Amino acid sequence: MEFALNDILSILAATIRLSTPLIFAAMAGIFSERSGVVDISLEGKLLAGAFAAASMAAYTGSAWLGLGAAIITGMILSLIHGFASITHKGDQVVSGVAINIIVSGLTVVLGMAWFHRSGQTPTLTSDSRFMPIQLPGVDAISNIPFIGEIYSKLISGHNLLVYIAFASVAFTYWVLFKTRFGLRLRAVGENPKAVDTAGISVSFLRYRAILIGGILTGIGGTYISIAQNASFIKDMSAGQGYIALAAMIFGKWKPVPAMFSCFLFGFLEALSMRMQGVVIPYIGEVPVQFIQAAPYILTVVLLAGFVGRAIAPKADGIPYVKER
Amino acid sequence: MSKTSSTIPKWADVLLIPIINLFMALAVSAMIIYLVGENPIEALKLMIEGAFGSSEGVGYTLYYATNFIFTGLAVAMAFHAMLFNIGGEGQAYIGGLGVAVILLALDQYLPFWILLPLALIGAMLFGAAWAAVPAYLQAYRGSHIVITTIMFNFIAANLMVYLLVNVFILPGSMTPESRVFEEIAWMPSIQSIFATLGIEISDSPLNLSFIIALIVSLIVWIYIWHTRWGYEMRSVGFSEKAATYAGINTKRVIMITMLISGALAGLAGVNEIMGVQHKLMLDFVAGYGFTGIAVALMGRNHPVGIIMASILFGALFQGGAELSFDMPTISKEMVFVIQGLIILFSGALAYMSRPWVEKIFIIFSKNTKKGA
Repeated sequence: MEFALNDILSILAATIRLSTPLIFAAMAGIFSERSGVVDISLEGKLLAGAFAAASMAAYTGSAWLGLGAAIITGMILSLIHGFASITHKGDQVVSGVAINIIVSGLTVVLGMAWFHRSGQTPTLTSDSRFMPIQLPGVDAISNIPFIGEIYSKLISGHNLLVYIAFASVAFTYWVLFKTRFGLRLRAVGENPKAVDTAGISVSFLRYRAILIGGILTGIGGTYISIAQNASFIKDMSAGQGYIALAAMIFGKWKPVPAMFSCFLFGFLEALSMRMQGVVIPYIGEVPVQFIQAAPYILTVVLLAGFVGRAIAPKADGIPYVKER
Repeated sequence: MSKTSSTIPKWADVLLIPIINLFMALAVSAMIIYLVGENPIEALKLMIEGAFGSSEGVGYTLYYATNFIFTGLAVAMAFHAMLFNIGGEGQAYIGGLGVAVILLALDQYLPFWILLPLALIGAMLFGAAWAAVPAYLQAYRGSHIVITTIMFNFIAANLMVYLLVNVFILPGSMTPESRVFEEIAWMPSIQSIFATLGIEISDSPLNLSFIIALIVSLIVWIYIWHTRWGYEMRSVGFSEKAATYAGINTKRVIMITMLISGALAGLAGVNEIMGVQHKLMLDFVAGYGFTGIAVALMGRNHPVGIIMASILFGALFQGGAELSFDMPTISKEMVFVIQGLIILFSGALAYMSRPWVEKIFIIFSKNTKKGA
């Protein structure tokens, strides 16, 4: 089994690449839902971020300006979501669905208007994208068997945003569990009345939480269009926002378990690409569609409560109405 | 989903506020069209012309509306029990599978008048089955129906790809489609029905399903407001706790409501598969399940409102297609933007305009009192 290590490494490297947008969106979802705001619009924000990044990068030639545009777009969408569901106490799911549908249409309409192509932005050259970077010391240790190969093929050689995704998990953990803001944010998702009684603004806290979510999904969108790919393509987020939502639930609204769920779902995706037409002895050909549906099926099974219970923040999805 | 207020008259609540919301959505849409560099008034004219200007246009408008009535009723039914069924997309998809299974199996043996009820039952059974697991999990395991129905949409999409690629595909064919049904199993088009009456209209995908949709709307209306089950359902929607104390089996009500909701969404498959495509294929649902959410919100979960909102959205889809033809800078996806804005303004921001309207009515009623 000489080929095995290489194969495994390439599947794992693909897993990391495919998990990255999921991690950004899942962390965004955690911030939002931990504060009590359900965010179905992760999908739309990823897509909008992807479009904004690709458009800005195509226009200015700078990947960094693309990233900035995507972050601002994510924040604007978060503000719309907040305006509807925090300020006006509208239904959070309805608001999220609306944002997803608006974005899926608007990205194509604006793409048509700006670039005169149906649902696409111009293909970017490599200097206006986030390209793979080599971590220091790769050359020195790549010849060492096993460890060298893992370092050079699995850990090194991704683009900057991949490493930022990992940092975002640590950041989310630190903010939520080690800062006063995080304590309040979690409190407002469990018992907003208590937070309100303590003289802290529920709305302001929730707005800040979803704005952080907007930033994170903006980076996630940037990754999809100008790091993973070289242009925006219509509906390119392809349900990843929903998978991230599933990963967040699968990780029980906790940053590190959610990250591992993202890896699991990313791995399944990488596997389904690899398994296309592969026949396994005794089992036969595993239908690719089954592997692709696995994240959704696993989430439903988990939600059913038969294997460990997924309990959402108590005030999740409920607009806070101040008593008079 | 509905709040009653004593400060404004009912007609304002039912008619005026939805119209204000619609206008806000259209105003933002107009702004986007203006920013894209086209004339919004001109665009509106083209859309109305495209949707209602010819018998073909009207046919397409009502054909789209047929799908939206079914998916809209599905969402509304669940809303009455305070359940949010986002799964219309998957339920309609699987409903279409139910239609295809029946017709592919029996179209060589049975006459149309037996096939039709069987196809309807097939669509409803399959649609209901697809809603059954989320319904059970909501009622008995407490998992949130929004999340589970979203997951089931994706599971349905993957299942259908699998079935079409591996089961229904014609031997030697590359396109994942089933064989075309025998002509006897096709839902008669409105054009052919009119032709037998001696009236000539132009060809469109509009078929008998539209009439079925109207009949189903009536049945839904009776169910919600004139049966015991409907009463129980609305009680659960109003307050689950109160309903429990009143002796209503809330879990069973949630199950039944979601099964009916899924069955209604499944019927959209009849229009598409039996009425238009005449074969099973990929992605024939094309977002109609999500449009159902917009339709239910605009129609205030009432069948009459849903029919009106469906025709509006049908016009939007048909007019939008024509618009993108006449104004190439505006792609047909503009329709989704408008649809999303309508969901935002008449759903999530439904009560934004209410304080203003209330103020106006208070000033107005003071004036009339002075006058009297």
